[in-house]
Amino acid sequence: MSAVTVSGVSVAYNGLRAVADVDLGVGPGEWVALIGPNGSGKSSLLRAVAGTVEYEGDILFDGVDRRVVGRRQAARQVALVPQHPFLPVGMRSGEYVLLGRNPHMGYWAMEKVDDLRVSMQALQRLSAEDLAHRFLGSLSGGERQRVVLARAIAQEASVLLLDEPTTGLDIGHQQQVLDLVEDLRREKGIAVLSALHDLTLAAQYADRLALLDGGRLVAEGEKSQILTAEQLARFSGARVSVVRGPEGQIVVIPRRAQRA
Amino acid sequence: MGEPASMGRLKSPLRLWQLLAGFALVTGALLLGTMIGPVSISPAAVLQEILGRLPFVSVDSGLDDRMAAIIWDIRLPRVLLGGLVGATLAAAGGAYQGVFRNPLADPYLLGVAAGAGLGATLVITAGGSVDAVVPIAAFVGAVLAVALTYLLGAAAGGRRTGVTLILAGVAVAAFFTAAQTFVQQQNGDTVREVYSWILGRLSTAGWSEVVLLAPYAAAAILVLLMHRRLLDVLSVGEEEAEALGVNTGCMRLTVVAAASLGTAAAVAVSGLIGFVGIVVPHTVRLMAGSSYRAILPLSVLGGAAFLVLADVVARTALSPTEIPIGVVTAFVGGPFFAVVLRTSGRRT
Repeated sequence: MSAVTVSGVSVAYNGLRAVADVDLGVGPGEWVALIGPNGSGKSSLLRAVAGTVEYEGDILFDGVDRRVVGRRQAARQVALVPQHPFLPVGMRSGEYVLLGRNPHMGYWAMEKVDDLRVSMQALQRLSAEDLAHRFLGSLSGGERQRVVLARAIAQEASVLLLDEPTTGLDIGHQQQVLDLVEDLRREKGIAVLSALHDLTLAAQYADRLALLDGGRLVAEGEKSQILTAEQLARFSGARVSVVRGPEGQIVVIPRRAQRA
Repeated sequence: MGEPASMGRLKSPLRLWQLLAGFALVTGALLLGTMIGPVSISPAAVLQEILGRLPFVSVDSGLDDRMAAIIWDIRLPRVLLGGLVGATLAAAGGAYQGVFRNPLADPYLLGVAAGAGLGATLVITAGGSVDAVVPIAAFVGAVLAVALTYLLGAAAGGRRTGVTLILAGVAVAAFFTAAQTFVQQQNGDTVREVYSWILGRLSTAGWSEVVLLAPYAAAAILVLLMHRRLLDVLSVGEEEAEALGVNTGCMRLTVVAAASLGTAAAVAVSGLIGFVGIVVPHTVRLMAGSSYRAILPLSVLGGAAFLVLADVVARTALSPTEIPIGVVTAFVGGPFFAVVLRTSGRRT
């Protein structure tokens, strides 16, 4: 059974359709990357799965509708790393990671030793335990992304949603973040659904790709089927060459326009 | 990497010494407020007198009946009222700042002050200068104004962000203030009375105000304190808090209702005492960090101590004339806050 099943999901903002009738499934330990041009509905689809926007259709976790289980229970099954997380500058990283334990606590409850342990382990898992006492406002881009990821890990969800997790990071830190996600899904069988605009990285890390255009799912499947120059020209309006790298990996190279 | 050692790094945002210091501050302020007045009483006598009333304690303060009456019927109700009002306003202010994620939010944000003002003005001008009726009218006016704000904000689709609610509060406050001004203008003879109510005062006739406020203050403070962790979750924003499993709409309604009810009760017995709800939580924030787990409990204690001390100044500075306490809170609180702001290197 899929860890998350999206079935006939549509999202609209004030009548404006952002996601239209999308069907998609992600199995345990699988990584599916959403690709597509800006405004194609990648973020909106992720927000629907995370339960932060209204949607039509059904979203199931392990076969159970997220509307049935309720918000807190759903947050135990799915964690979201937003594209632009809001980090209160005066909050310490350790406290921030602890927020990820909220779905495991009662409404009035305070965190227990167990919550502190899981949060600290999440930071250790990302080699970020030294950041625990640092204020969020003092972190570098790479450190911020690790702390945000640690919060999601502390949530102990079986589905991880990543909205452009490499935004604003240099190549080394991009790889570091994606490698961490890769390790997690292998270790814990976490299902990963991510929006990734870097097609070469998407091809390297994801098992399957889903191409969105105008809110519709226009193609889905093996990366070699999705990442073709014709497909990308048609939907992203991009001029690219798709070639093979030294180890046979798919590489998408942008080409500049030919001017006379 | 030893686990206990690394876990030690996740310290509680509220330290025990901070809590103890807060309690010491409140106790000191209450003691000072009870000692000082036209007749000063020694701190030892005050303590002995209070301890002597406890069951199973036999201590004789050596005070005569007249002095004992000053303590029990005049000073104590007044300092306790000041403490309750200060604690409620500071907790409500801190909670509003958290729930709207707006540092400028104060307890009067959603029209409480304007509603209470209209209620009190209506009763005072109607000539029913029965002191017991004014707080009730003010309370009803305040609760009505906030309820109207909430209905208006919800109707305008303000479930997602608090901004619509704040704007609705502005509209309701403007409307009620206009109505209050109109009523006041039509009844020029009572302007002085209305004005003195609006400036805020902590005058008591025995224990009736304390008894009126205590249950609301206790309930409001309790509910707000219980939301201190959730306010931290909300500090990452509405959308992320929802992704973390918080029903933000329901939580906001509960926090706003508790804070507004507490504020309404405080305003009903003491008029409009400004500045406490905004200066105390921010001072705490600058000194103890941005977690509401520290801000709310310490604001309750700090607010109580601040208002009791401000009342001491209000009573004694120009004795025998009293300065309106709202004037003192702004006059003392303003410069004090400026100093805290300057000396604190930490960003909020």
